Amino acid sequence: MTAIQDTAPHTDHAHDDHHHDHPSWLAHHFDDAEQQYDSGKLGMWLFLVTEVLFFSGMFCAYALYRNRNPEVFEFCSAFLNEKLGAINTGVLLFSSLTMAWAVRASQLRQHTLLVGMLAATLACAAMFLGVKAVEYSHKWELGLLPGKFYVAQLGGHHGDPKGYLETLCVVPMILTVLSALYYVYSWVVNSTFHKQVAGPLLVTGLCFFVGVFLGQTLEAEAADSHGGEHAEHHMVQGHVDHASHDHAAAEHTEHPADGAAAMPVVVASAGEDVKVMKEQLATPDADVNQKSMAGLFFSIYYCMTGVHAIHILGGMAVITWLIVKAARHEFHEQYFGPVDNVGLYWHLVDFIWIYLFPLLYLIT
Amino acid sequence: MSVVDRPIVSTETAGADSYPEHHFLNHTKGVLSWALTLDHKRIGLMYLVGVMASFALGGMFALMIRIHLWNFQDGWLDNKTYNQVFTLHGAIMVFLFIIPSIPAALGNFFLPIMLGTKDVAFPRLNLSSFYLWVTGLILFLTALSVTGLDTGWTFYTPYSIETQKGGAVLAATFGVFVLGFSSIFTGLNFIVTINTMRPPGMTWFRMPLFLWATYATSIIQVLATPVLGITVLLLSAERLLGIGIFDPKLNGDPVTFQHFFWFYSHPAVYIMILPAMGIISELMSVHCHKGIFGYRMIAYSSIAIALFGFLVWGHHMFTSGMADVTTVVFSALTFTVSIPSAIKVFNWLGTMYQGTVSLNTPMLYALAFIFLFTIGGLTGLPLGALSTDMHFHDTYFVVAHFHYVMMGGTLVAFLGGVFHWWPKMTGRMFNDKLGMVSAIIVFIGFNLTFLPQFVLGTRGMPRRYATYLEEFQDLHRLSTVGSLILGFGLVTALVVLLQSLVNGKKAPRNPWGGATLEWMCSSPPPHDNFSSAPTVGDPYDFSKIEYDGRVGGYVRKD
Ligand code: HEM
Ligand SMILES: [Cu+2]
Repeated sequence: MTAIQDTAPHTDHAHDDHHHDHPSWLAHHFDDAEQQYDSGKLGMWLFLVTEVLFFSGMFCAYALYRNRNPEVFEFCSAFLNEKLGAINTGVLLFSSLTMAWAVRASQLRQHTLLVGMLAATLACAAMFLGVKAVEYSHKWELGLLPGKFYVAQLGGHHGDPKGYLETLCVVPMILTVLSALYYVYSWVVNSTFHKQVAGPLLVTGLCFFVGVFLGQTLEAEAADSHGGEHAEHHMVQGHVDHASHDHAAAEHTEHPADGAAAMPVVVASAGEDVKVMKEQLATPDADVNQKSMAGLFFSIYYCMTGVHAIHILGGMAVITWLIVKAARHEFHEQYFGPVDNVGLYWHLVDFIWIYLFPLLYLIT
Repeated sequence: MSVVDRPIVSTETAGADSYPEHHFLNHTKGVLSWALTLDHKRIGLMYLVGVMASFALGGMFALMIRIHLWNFQDGWLDNKTYNQVFTLHGAIMVFLFIIPSIPAALGNFFLPIMLGTKDVAFPRLNLSSFYLWVTGLILFLTALSVTGLDTGWTFYTPYSIETQKGGAVLAATFGVFVLGFSSIFTGLNFIVTINTMRPPGMTWFRMPLFLWATYATSIIQVLATPVLGITVLLLSAERLLGIGIFDPKLNGDPVTFQHFFWFYSHPAVYIMILPAMGIISELMSVHCHKGIFGYRMIAYSSIAIALFGFLVWGHHMFTSGMADVTTVVFSALTFTVSIPSAIKVFNWLGTMYQGTVSLNTPMLYALAFIFLFTIGGLTGLPLGALSTDMHFHDTYFVVAHFHYVMMGGTLVAFLGGVFHWWPKMTGRMFNDKLGMVSAIIVFIGFNLTFLPQFVLGTRGMPRRYATYLEEFQDLHRLSTVGSLILGFGLVTALVVLLQSLVNGKKAPRNPWGGATLEWMCSSPPPHDNFSSAPTVGDPYDFSKIEYDGRVGGYVRKD
């Protein structure tokens, strides 16, 4: 026994333990590249299963409450800006394309293309969050808050700017400035590696603000055009609020501007539905514009989109890690598992959004 | 790798059975070499110490409860403290001890070795899962010392939303969330390891049954735990943001919380029992020196339990308000799930039949398991039947039922497994006589503690009460005496184990005569488990395993 085991005490670091035929990218406990790749892939698929189950809890809650109070969902969905949702859907879909392209580039040793594609994915993620920041801050200003914090929408105000958006932008601002400094540094030392990392980070930071700008422009348009849509809203509100109403100004500030052609129909029919419900129930309890009704919708809205946004942030972290590895030219046809697996994760995050968008924004 | 450079000597060569000079324990030295280790064996040992410490903590609370209940009123705890004590007892035992106990400690140590690989597929994930467990422990201790959680381990709403102990609920739910991820990572790692890393020759049906059981457990861990994760996340959002999804005041639905909770927590009882059943399959065949009876049936029934287990969660909510049809369906499904458990019990008995039974410590624990688990499983049936559950729900009958399966089942199997593999893990033999004494004390103490509780339950003693009617006092006192005996037995077991580290005999490679791969490597195993790829054979073929007096253990004669 001693004969077999009396090795010079080797350290616990996997790298010192390699077989001679073990390249640095192959962990010591795997026999070959294929086994390592298969393990990583299966592990990622299992992880995705847990992710789906994790979200499924919230989808269940959604199904239960929508089934129980469909009118609440119709009422509240009108506060979500379909245009912003649609843009974000497009952005995420595009990022899935660039991610898939990145996987291909990693297999073909196209290192610069790989960095570019990962950068595009990362930038799209940032833009998504920029738009989301506008959406969130706008709702907070209006008092469209979860559960017990929900403020009944009486109309008559656009929501006073309370600096929420600025607060949300603080961290991205700091990160962008840091990336800019890093970018300058990379040119000062003139290192291709640092340039390839700093460039994408800077673009990502800027793209967040592109998202913010886009979001704000569209929100503003929606608010301006509210006069024209007011008639339809009046119907909704008229049947929904039992408190007094000042409908002089629009209450659904998030309503899309040029949805004027398509949306009024939708809103009007929503209004009629609510009217029917109201007549049937005709109790103040059935009123949807209150904490226990609309508030619950926004609870579900924030939980689902919030947890999704956290997943976007997680994805951004791992994509950044991939960019560093890609800039070091670590990937090749035998070793591209990390890109492939992060890609799978990214597609899932995209996929979940594709469900969230119609379920939350497009309720008629 | 340096090991391979040396002349390769088959690990099966006898004669070289002495205590190895180099093994995973002295492979590297220093605290950091443990804290940052990626070696599954060291991670397993750290888990073992951790879960045993949690068990001791939870056991302390248990004794506090039992002593409080000595008199029918005016116990030494006030009512509020009593609530906190039983909550912490349950939460610590479930989340910190019993769920990680077998898979994370023994599974981590033995799964790669029994499979014949160097490590699990993702060693770093494995280490991070351990640290998540530690984080969960810290959060639980916060909930314990800062405010004191008083919701019961089930965190039912709306009480968990309303209780004054808000900080504690947050700390504990976050703890549960983190522990959930620890458990998911372990399960994920095991599934991948078994799927992709089996060495040549290790087909699915040559896998030891402990691995089948762990595999089934891992499936449940991966599929059920995320739902618990989102449930407790929503519960903390409930406290922080008042989202109202589970809060009837805001039109939310507390029964939904119960559905979510039991969707995890019923499968979780199989996370607890399946690995225990796996251990028993090993113990039965090794200590009866006879191939396991009905290998395939045991293997398939593990998977069946894992899958059926997802369909019966409603039996915890028969009295919470469900549609009549739903209750009937859940009740019927509950009965089907007991079939695979019964299959296993009959197969173990079949293994013993005409076997050469060695009555030693692990075997005594295994026998205790079969007896206690059978009682526990059978008493599950009246609970699964609608008419009887209406009476038994929330009484001591339920308490006795789940202690028979969880403590009499999982804990006893865990102890049996620890004794069985102790020589392999530490390289030391324990005092078998004293070990057997500990098993007997545990068995007597256990039954004395929990048999009276069945009677209490059928007479209407509700669970979680700090005071009770005087007529129940005698049975309660019997139970308290039993719990002290049980505690004494467990301390004895611990002393036997620790004593072996001080002056135990050095263990041979194969002290019991097992045929699975872990008995082919030295005790304790070398850092890389096998210096050359092991030859995989039938894990339950004992025909070539013979006792060799020179080494004081068994060797393989090919
Ligand atoms: C073998 C078949 C089994 C059946 C038919 C069964 C059935 C049941 C039923 C119907 C209940 C609900 C009683 C009530 O609250 O009114 C219950 C409770 C419980 N069972 Fe089982 N059970 C079985 C096995 C197990 C196993 C193997 C475990 C754990 C290792 C377990 C752990 C529990 C626990 C912890 C509770 C109580 C949870 C609580 O309310 O705090 N059971 N069982
Ligand atoms: Cu159950």
